[in-house]
Amino acid sequence: MQTKVKEKKSTRQKTAPLFLIALPGIVYLLINNYLPMAGLFLAFKRYNFMKGIFSSDWCGFDNFKFLFTTKDAWIMTRNTILYNLAFIILGTAMSILIAILLCELGQKLRAKLFQSVLILPNMLSWVIVSFVVFAILNADSGFINNAILKPLGIEGVSWYTFTGAWPIILIITNLWKSAGYSSIVYMAGISGIDKSLYESAALDGATKLQQIKNITLPMLKPTVITMTIMSVGRMFYSDFGLFYQVPQNSGALFPVTQTIDTYVYRGLMENNNIGMSSAAGFYQSIIGFILVLAANAIVRKLDRDNAMF
Amino acid sequence: MLTSKKFNRFATIFLAILVCLTVFPILLIVMASITDENTLLREGYSLFPSKFSAGAYYYIIQQGAMIFRAYGVTIFTTLIGTVISLMLTTMLAYPMSRKSFKYSNALSFFVFFTMLFNGGIVPSYIIWTRLFHIKNTIFALILPNYLVSAVNVILVKNYYSNNVPDALIEAAQIDGAKEMQIFWKIMFPLAKPVVATIALFTGLSYWNDWTNGLYYIDDAKLYSVQLLLMKIMNNVDMLKSNISLGGAGEALAQVPGTSVRMAIAVIGVLPIMVIYPFIQKYLIKGVVVGAVKG
Repeated sequence: MQTKVKEKKSTRQKTAPLFLIALPGIVYLLINNYLPMAGLFLAFKRYNFMKGIFSSDWCGFDNFKFLFTTKDAWIMTRNTILYNLAFIILGTAMSILIAILLCELGQKLRAKLFQSVLILPNMLSWVIVSFVVFAILNADSGFINNAILKPLGIEGVSWYTFTGAWPIILIITNLWKSAGYSSIVYMAGISGIDKSLYESAALDGATKLQQIKNITLPMLKPTVITMTIMSVGRMFYSDFGLFYQVPQNSGALFPVTQTIDTYVYRGLMENNNIGMSSAAGFYQSIIGFILVLAANAIVRKLDRDNAMF
Repeated sequence: MLTSKKFNRFATIFLAILVCLTVFPILLIVMASITDENTLLREGYSLFPSKFSAGAYYYIIQQGAMIFRAYGVTIFTTLIGTVISLMLTTMLAYPMSRKSFKYSNALSFFVFFTMLFNGGIVPSYIIWTRLFHIKNTIFALILPNYLVSAVNVILVKNYYSNNVPDALIEAAQIDGAKEMQIFWKIMFPLAKPVVATIALFTGLSYWNDWTNGLYYIDDAKLYSVQLLLMKIMNNVDMLKSNISLGGAGEALAQVPGTSVRMAIAVIGVLPIMVIYPFIQKYLIKGVVVGAVKG
């Protein structure tokens, strides 16, 4: 009996100091992450700035009813999903291509140099990227209108109001910024492949392309699957900077640049429409959560080691 | 048939083209910043402008009190934010890694769950502004979003679990060390390699952040470099009006608009370009470690 009490006391003594060490981080996560989760119920309220979160009146599903009767709900959902699909497919293909080619050059100095340059854009903020895009697309003095179209005798295009071009512009911009960086993971995958596989394939007379098709790509498959499913888990989210700042918040482009993230921002900060904004945020959080869980369940089935939990 | 040598040559050529396409737009900005303003307006952006001018940089040095101030804000928030973040992250990770800690699993789940689910920006915004009143304070640039990231905590926790033997901690306990001492004297210094990587990523996210400013800062005195750049991009005249507040007077009539904007962008990326060669190695290592077991 006595020893039991003593043991209990000693575990508490062991627990309390460790808990205290973790406490500041716990408090931060409670404020920064858990409190907003609890705040999701705001989507079911008619937010009144004077009354605050807790005393605002409940309004049931009104916010959602309004949101989903607008065209916006469909447009932002479509854009978010389609852009993500394009990024996943083209981004993965591009990253793997870069990784294979960089690995082909091996330890050569130029391989290091190439890689440094290709990763660089990922270090830049979306604001800087928007300057870069502006230098190219700007109607009066931009590179395309001035240096390409003018000599050809074609009249300059007002790019920031031309909706047709933006799906391509956004996809290229995103590839420009992130393909080199994403290739790092695939390079790690390729360098993990047993070199003797290639040697014996070469002895059997396999060409480079055959080696890539029959050795490299199959060996990369688990990495590709895991990375893809993880991106699918984030399909309801988008890069706010890419869709807000790169098109310079141009209203004419909303049909092709509005994503859930930009919609939530505009509702909250620009249009003062907190009801719709919080409904859209709730929609994003819940579907996003379901997608992450589903994606993880699939990874776990395919490849236990790479599952998140 | 594609021989090994041919393929190697193809790889070099293809990547070289890709590298040119990657560098080209960045060079375009750099060249624009040293192009004479009138030439820029007449001829447009070009890699080979007909007339150079250091006017934009000269102008920034003379009139750019606001830009230097923004630099100060960015450096301050990056340093403070990164230091606090490292402390909170390692302090959370250490108890999680201790097998004898009764709540280590519960704590791990508490941290991990933030990766799966989040409340989004609307409740966050209301909580930070209405409950904590951080709007237009320097805290707005430090507190929201970046201090503790679950991925980083788990990275440090795994590092501890894999590299620090229990015997080391037990030995320290036998010597009479308190938990706090064990953490500060042993565990924190031991985490150096992984902490360096995390510091890099956290520092970058503070340096590049403009969304916290977008949500929480209206006061031009608290603009960070990125936020200032963003406001300049969205509103050409803002620079003029705000610099005039700084007491620039009538010289504003000939503000070299476009080239100055590009010069500020160049100044905004310059620090990253300078440290990039030194940090690249850690960056790549960090990505590999983080991606394999996030």
